[in-house]
Amino acid sequence: MSDNAVDVDRRRFLTGTTAVIGGIGAAIAAVPFIASFQPSAKAKAIGAPVEVDIGKLEPGQRITQKWRGQPVWIVRRTSEMVDTLKNFDGGLLRDPSSNESVQPEYAANAWRSTKEEYLILVGLCTHLGCSPSFVPEPGAVDETWVGGFFCPCHGSKFDLAGRAYSGYPAPTNMTVPPYRFASDTRVVIGEDEGDAS
Amino acid sequence: MNAVVKQLTGLRDWVDDRFPLVKLWNEHMGQYYAPKNFNFWYYFGVLSIVVLALQIVTGIWLTMNYKPDAELAFASVEYIMRDVEWGWLIRYMHSTGASAFFIVVYLHMFRALLYGSYKKPRELIWILGMFTYLALMAEAFLGYLLPWGQMSFWGAQVIISLFGAIPFVGDTLSLWIRGDFVVSDVTLNRFFSLHVIAMPLAIVGLVFLHIIALHEVGSNNPDGVEIKKKKGPDGVPLDGIPFHPYYSVKDTVGVIVFLILFAAVVFFAPEFGGWFLEANNFIPANPLVTPEHIVPLWYFTPFYAILRAVPDKLIGVLLMGAATMIFFLLPWLDRSPVKSIRYRGPLFKTALWLFVISFIALGYLGTQTPTPQMTWMARGFSAIYFGFFLLMPFYSKIDKTKPVPDRVTDK
Repeated sequence: MSDNAVDVDRRRFLTGTTAVIGGIGAAIAAVPFIASFQPSAKAKAIGAPVEVDIGKLEPGQRITQKWRGQPVWIVRRTSEMVDTLKNFDGGLLRDPSSNESVQPEYAANAWRSTKEEYLILVGLCTHLGCSPSFVPEPGAVDETWVGGFFCPCHGSKFDLAGRAYSGYPAPTNMTVPPYRFASDTRVVIGEDEGDAS
Repeated sequence: MNAVVKQLTGLRDWVDDRFPLVKLWNEHMGQYYAPKNFNFWYYFGVLSIVVLALQIVTGIWLTMNYKPDAELAFASVEYIMRDVEWGWLIRYMHSTGASAFFIVVYLHMFRALLYGSYKKPRELIWILGMFTYLALMAEAFLGYLLPWGQMSFWGAQVIISLFGAIPFVGDTLSLWIRGDFVVSDVTLNRFFSLHVIAMPLAIVGLVFLHIIALHEVGSNNPDGVEIKKKKGPDGVPLDGIPFHPYYSVKDTVGVIVFLILFAAVVFFAPEFGGWFLEANNFIPANPLVTPEHIVPLWYFTPFYAILRAVPDKLIGVLLMGAATMIFFLLPWLDRSPVKSIRYRGPLFKTALWLFVISFIALGYLGTQTPTPQMTWMARGFSAIYFGFFLLMPFYSKIDKTKPVPDRVTDK
């Protein structure tokens, strides 16, 4: 081969390897910029567990606590409410045994909580994220209403365990956050049952 | 494989019928003929563009978390450094990028001095480049206020006060620039706006014009020979090679070497011993206490030294302004028949080296606490600095030049 001839294979090899190595370099350099969109340490700190005093919560009442910037409801159900839940006609609900819904294992039951008395929910509708109203009085929304949560945005209905009625837009039951009872009157939201220190 | 190529060619032709894609590519890359004898000094133009791109990208990311508010600004920078994912890296890239920008731009300008790239027919390229340099200085100054540290605050205070030296309108002008009686939240907010929108737009636009003008006239080279004067039968300059692939590939190597050095500073010495980030700027701005030792960053210190060397406020400010503006006149001050340092005589060579030494010396003196002895040194170097320009019409004309070859050399 003379000195002037172009070695096409060699050129193609060099172009290819340079492009591959350069591409890998560019991809690695992009990582910090993409990762920078993730929640910052401050946002994560705001997402830390919160401890709530529920000693003054009367039966039938609800309190709202901010956790990770979201409303978290703590409802102390009356014994009538618990009875209603237990005798509920599952046919009205979309996911009565919470198979499709998000909750910790210890809340995957009909009343969706560890203690029957206390319901803890992320207070956001699983349809498009509005915060539903707490309407405990039977008959307040329509004549069949037995008490529950009603979303003013698109009309989704949930029972007093946050389970979605079928025939309304919400696709799953409301989300139960991880929580544990630190004592009889204190609940920690954001920590699981086993996380007790 | 062939089907893919065919598809892509089809897409290119579709676009080309509606947009001059191939024409633009050929004019600026594939059939832009650059002299074949470019040397090391010809890396700094492309490196300036690389740093500009880096500054824009990192700047966009910093803007996502920075707060242009006197109450929040300092803390938001610390928040970026400590809490934002990879924020420290993005911020150090931006602060190191500012100094890197001036390093490559100064070397790019020095290349023009070495090879007479500002001389006819490239005067307009030089002038557009000088406007870019001024815009870059404004951009750096505006950006330096944003972290709202002590040096940010007092640096802005001093520089804005310089405008107060202008007779009659000075005080009104500095008040107008600040929008308040002191550097305040109002000043910070408008500097932020100018730093992230106005100046970057101006710089990008000027760089675009600079390159269009360059590609119209054609690049100079280390021999200062006009390659367009000797063309082959195909109309291509005999000493020209297509920018792509020859220089695009060569520049890629230069960019990689530059990025290695850049990364070394970002990761191992982002403050660079106080030269790139000053210690006093890690203290929040305090309008009641001036730091004991206040100096601008290194890229402004040659001009700062000239300012301090003059005992009169107005004349000092005027000379400092003149020290930057005088570069604009360079194409007309230089009366030499040759462009490149290779064919210039001893007078120009001596003058250029004296100028470089005085620029660096002034830059050093500008960072030091002034003593009477240093002030006198600064005066001497200022005289050399201005002498380089003002005496140029004489020494460049009478200098003994060497004959310039017809074609570029292989040196």
